[in-house]
Amino acid sequence: MSILINKDTRVITQGITGKTGQFHTEKCQEYANGKACFVAGVNPKKAGESIFDIPIYASVKEAKQETGATVSVIYVPPAGAADAIWEAVEAELDLVICITEGIPVRDMLLVRNKMKEKVARGGKETLLLGPNCPGLITPDEIKIGIMPGHIHKKGRIGIVSRSGTLTYESVAQLTELGIGQSSAVGIGGDPINGLKHIDVMKMFNDDPDTDAVIMIGEIGGPDEAEAAYWCKKHMKKPVVGFIAGVTAPAGKRMGHAGALISGGADTAEAKLAIMEECGFKVTRNPSEMGRLLKSLL
Amino acid sequence: MKIHEYQGKELLRKYGVNVPRGVFCASVDDAVKAAETLSGKVWVVKAQIHAGGRGKGGGVKVAKSLDEVRQYASQILGMQLVTHQTGPEGQKVRRLLIEEGADIRKEYYVAALTDRASQKVVMMASSEGGMDIEEVAHATPEKILKVFVDPLTGLTDGQARELAAGIGIPEASLPQAVTLLKGLYTCYMETDASLAEINPLILEGNGTIKALDAKFNFDDNALYRQEAIFAYRDLDEEDPNEIEASKFGLAYISLDGNIGCLVNGAGLAMATMDTIKLFGGEPANFLDVGGGASTEKVTEAFKIMLGNKNVKGILVNIFGGIMKCDTIANGVIAAVKETHLNVPLVVRMKGTNEELGKQLLKESGLPIISADTMAEAATKIVAAVQ
Repeated sequence: MSILINKDTRVITQGITGKTGQFHTEKCQEYANGKACFVAGVNPKKAGESIFDIPIYASVKEAKQETGATVSVIYVPPAGAADAIWEAVEAELDLVICITEGIPVRDMLLVRNKMKEKVARGGKETLLLGPNCPGLITPDEIKIGIMPGHIHKKGRIGIVSRSGTLTYESVAQLTELGIGQSSAVGIGGDPINGLKHIDVMKMFNDDPDTDAVIMIGEIGGPDEAEAAYWCKKHMKKPVVGFIAGVTAPAGKRMGHAGALISGGADTAEAKLAIMEECGFKVTRNPSEMGRLLKSLL
Repeated sequence: MKIHEYQGKELLRKYGVNVPRGVFCASVDDAVKAAETLSGKVWVVKAQIHAGGRGKGGGVKVAKSLDEVRQYASQILGMQLVTHQTGPEGQKVRRLLIEEGADIRKEYYVAALTDRASQKVVMMASSEGGMDIEEVAHATPEKILKVFVDPLTGLTDGQARELAAGIGIPEASLPQAVTLLKGLYTCYMETDASLAEINPLILEGNGTIKALDAKFNFDDNALYRQEAIFAYRDLDEEDPNEIEASKFGLAYISLDGNIGCLVNGAGLAMATMDTIKLFGGEPANFLDVGGGASTEKVTEAFKIMLGNKNVKGILVNIFGGIMKCDTIANGVIAAVKETHLNVPLVVRMKGTNEELGKQLLKESGLPIISADTMAEAATKIVAAVQ
């Protein structure tokens, strides 16, 4: 097993005809069961055509009806990305993965509140991963997103991270040590997003095929602390923690829109201290994430 | 993106928020003329820089005659204003705001910002205006009131009234305060702001509520659709290296150390800086070269890092995913040649076509130090700059 996706997941690609969408769809198709998993694309202007043998539909709703897909991945440019998320939510998909970087915060704020309001009035809940994230992968089964597939190895360690390349870094360290991964999830670097560390930690806790987790965070925001406090009470599995940005100055946005120290509680040191207090094995040396996890098995 | 106080007040005025009459000027003569135009007996001469804490640093003066306006304007214009937000070198004052004096009876604080945890807009208010709000939050958190606004419905009259009454605005002035708070909220949303702060908001003797200061930050991701806001950008207030970097799609931030670093991905870039520090060095910058690290981008990144005279060595840390290590290696080789690099360079490459990349670096004949892990790379560059 794994979390969120597996070899039987069927995926719609929104923005499949753009340069980024095409490039990554091809890579995802080539990975493991990708040929069978990526079943539809969406572009109202190119409905009826196909790309890499994937049929293109006019809307997410139609793509879902025709193929039975339950998950979508979004490569739509920033100005239209929030609308693309909402389209997938209205089509009642289970999970939407938004890769797009640079979406205005206000757009995300509005679409997240629309999503919550829909659930509040009894509508189906669609989970959102991202935006500004690398996506997620269940090694040897399916990869949805922009991560390099070949560094992964099937196994029993879960990874959750805000940063893409730092996820790859931890994956590569594990694979080099011969330790495989159950699922690796990039939740993205934006301030207003969908699934947070805590949500993914809950899933890993419930997944019988995950034995331990590496949780990677960054400066800015309360999410890592929230996840750590939850883990202190409920997590049954060992967790290795790392927070990037010990050297980051306050008031400067470190690349990610969400990586900005605003108060005093969202510095790397503060988060590391909370994680330690909550029973995580914390490292301040990102080269040690893999070895530290191995020592816990 | 940040803007000046006088620009912020211009924005607030558009949204129906009361602000003092004022004139923006860039010379001492204009400052005196502005004071004459405004008439009255008291004027405030305010330095316009993006950093906060201007008053404490001597950048805000109350003048009681036109001679004093001239005196203060000439003192402040051109000074290196040092505040807790500028760093020790300070920021040069190039612009002034001359304002009519205010009859301050009470100072409050109000602000709008986006709350990540609740995914709502938070309107914050406090009876303790005119002070550093972080100190208030630390010492007397009960004196900060918050309402969480659902962006689908907007700030309601009830919420605005609750805030205004909660911080002790007198009954007679409440309708004004409600209008002001709603204006602030609408302004925040429509301009894609990430922070809109009025500190202090004042109550005057005649019951008028006014914004005596205005601080705004805007969401960089939304500037493409905010032409009027983007036009407020003042490049004099920004780090020239950061401006140059942004032209090439590089996220760059200057720091105080001597080891330049070039990394792909924001998280990995921060982790690389942290590793340098962990092994006894100090990073000279944050630099995320992004996903498509072309030869041109890598070369520009080298030029920008080397533009910082403190840089005594460079660490390149690339996780080749979609971007292949051999492509990066070619970029690094070209950059080293074009910039005639004369400081030590450590390159750590991992991922796709790693071996090919390393081989290219080796065969280049350039004095590039190779490393396998981030820790090894940091150790080597720290040793090399000492």
